[in-house]
Amino acid sequence: MSATSGPDTKHEHEIELDKPRFSVKKPAVRFDRQGDMLDAERVEKAMGNFVKDFGRTAAIWMESCIHCGMCAEACHFYEATKDPQYTPIWKLEPFKQAYKREYGPFALVYRTLNLKPKVTVEELQEWQHLIYDSCTVCGRCSLMCPMGIDIASLISQARHGMFHAGLVPHELWAVTERGHREGSPLGATPKVFKDRVEWLADDHDVVIPLDKAKADVLCTMSSIEIMKYPDSVVATARIMNHLGVDWTFRTDGYEATNFGLLSGNASWQKEMSMKLINAAVACGATTLVLPECGHAYTALRWMGANLYGKPLPFCVLHISEFLAENVQNGKLKLRKLDKTVTFHDPCQVSRRGGATEAPRVVLQALGVNLQEMFPTKGTNWCCGGGGGVVANHRADELRYKVFRIKMEQIEDTGAELPVTSCANCRQTFDDGQAHFKWDKEMRSLLELVADNLIEEAA
Amino acid sequence: MTSTTLLEFARGPALTWATGVFVAGVLWRLVGVALLRTKKDLSEPRNTATWKGLRLIALRSWPRREFLEGTAFGEIMGYTFHLGFLAALLFLVPHVLFFENVFEGLLGFDFSDVFGFTWPTLPTGVVTFLGAVSLAALVAVLIHRLTSPVKRLISNFDDYLSWLLTAAPLATGMLAYAHAGGAPYEVLLAVHILSVEALMIWFPFGKLMHAVTIFAARGSQGMLFERKGASL
Repeated sequence: MSATSGPDTKHEHEIELDKPRFSVKKPAVRFDRQGDMLDAERVEKAMGNFVKDFGRTAAIWMESCIHCGMCAEACHFYEATKDPQYTPIWKLEPFKQAYKREYGPFALVYRTLNLKPKVTVEELQEWQHLIYDSCTVCGRCSLMCPMGIDIASLISQARHGMFHAGLVPHELWAVTERGHREGSPLGATPKVFKDRVEWLADDHDVVIPLDKAKADVLCTMSSIEIMKYPDSVVATARIMNHLGVDWTFRTDGYEATNFGLLSGNASWQKEMSMKLINAAVACGATTLVLPECGHAYTALRWMGANLYGKPLPFCVLHISEFLAENVQNGKLKLRKLDKTVTFHDPCQVSRRGGATEAPRVVLQALGVNLQEMFPTKGTNWCCGGGGGVVANHRADELRYKVFRIKMEQIEDTGAELPVTSCANCRQTFDDGQAHFKWDKEMRSLLELVADNLIEEAA
Repeated sequence: MTSTTLLEFARGPALTWATGVFVAGVLWRLVGVALLRTKKDLSEPRNTATWKGLRLIALRSWPRREFLEGTAFGEIMGYTFHLGFLAALLFLVPHVLFFENVFEGLLGFDFSDVFGFTWPTLPTGVVTFLGAVSLAALVAVLIHRLTSPVKRLISNFDDYLSWLLTAAPLATGMLAYAHAGGAPYEVLLAVHILSVEALMIWFPFGKLMHAVTIFAARGSQGMLFERKGASL
């Protein structure tokens, strides 16, 4: 049962560090409605913010659906359940309705003749499950749509509306708010990050530069890595040091996780992105390396400049792209790994981000026997945990059903090691592995590289 | 109203009004969207020749192997219906004569004089066959819409009206060709023309408009994704 008004942010939402899935604890009482707005105001805010940045492209997509239903076949939530409510375009139904009534070229006709009824807050609440719990914004449906509608980007627009209407699932809202308040959604505050870096440097006997005034490369991490997979921090340092790069972490811009994007708060999204941008500008970096995190790539690589208001004065690379570049220029030399490997494409980096070949270049340099899944690359199935879904306890059962698709895909390859380059995918795998008592453990491409560096003799 | 005056109405004022609504409606809907602002994308493109993404307009017409299993029925029926419908619309002798008259009426030139060739036609029997196949595909997709849980859920008034108004010209055209039921040919022809006009009047308001927007919708996704180097 959803309660109204917001939770006490200071005492609730304890982070679970000892679980395979790294998120806030399952709330005893859910608050899936935030604030004390009247229903009419919620609806107005939802629709107003949905169309706020509505340009020509989004509008032409809204005008083009022919209700063929093919997008259902691309959606892992539909594939796993055969429940028609998970048809991607249906997830936008109230927003389609509102678009026609309030915004489209014939809005006046629809309104005057009441051809499309006004959306109600009850409908929006019902759709919360479809917009947040059962959509990872993976964009597979966008590739299927015969009309070329980018359904995933429209879902993101719908999330803008839902956030401002105070209709975000409890946990997702909590981590987003925490990110805004503390600078990190999952407890990796600047102080925690600094302490961790110092501890990791000491513990692993590795130099980890922090807060250098000037550096060519600014490295960033996701809170999942900082808190749950600290080996990734060490791996990043080892690789950068190995390559002899002039690099640094900075406490004023290290957190690449951007729950503003996932939950639909554009101004908080901008706030998180600006920290990274300002830190890179401050140290004069020519390259900003994003961590193994899918949505961080979308947030900064493809949306950062638009939030900044001008082209970024540095190059943004996903860590897999950075590694591939250094493999290709001959600087990164790796030991051969005698293993059969399959690669799980993180949706935001590969399908929607375009960095599909980079991890494969790195795997080739590792000399592995790469067994591709079917389907793979741009049409690979999502792990089911993206878009904030893995943070949402309410979505657990559904997510596990979806995860079966992924397990079957990996089993079919016969590969010994599943590898990916997204910490969020990785924790979704960890959680699925524990749930199903599966014997396959997802590995990080970054850590695999760090473990197989060929150190030149002094 | 006699059968002759019904035909005159269909060919005269009804056609004029239907064309007016069709043209004005399509323009209104397109201009309404085209006038919306669009923000410049400031991110550094992976591929600068974003226009190459326009290839998605053609690419998306052919299903990807990965998706074929779930979409084969829709693809096959879609192709069958559209090709049959277009063949009947564009290559039936009376239709061609009509288009040539329209061309001459609007521009004052004979089509073959301007383009140096005559508009090709297909034998009436072939067109009738293709029209029947097209109609059968339409019936199949309607049954699918009514029985598939996904399509039933997402369907609305527009889907059913658009289906009816698309099937009607095919059905009435074949009835006119067959001189069905002993009705006067003028009546059958008038009903056929009126059914086309009903289609034209509804076209700008519902999903039939996809015949126009498909190019912009696919092209937009193509250019956006090409810029990022994302999958098309």
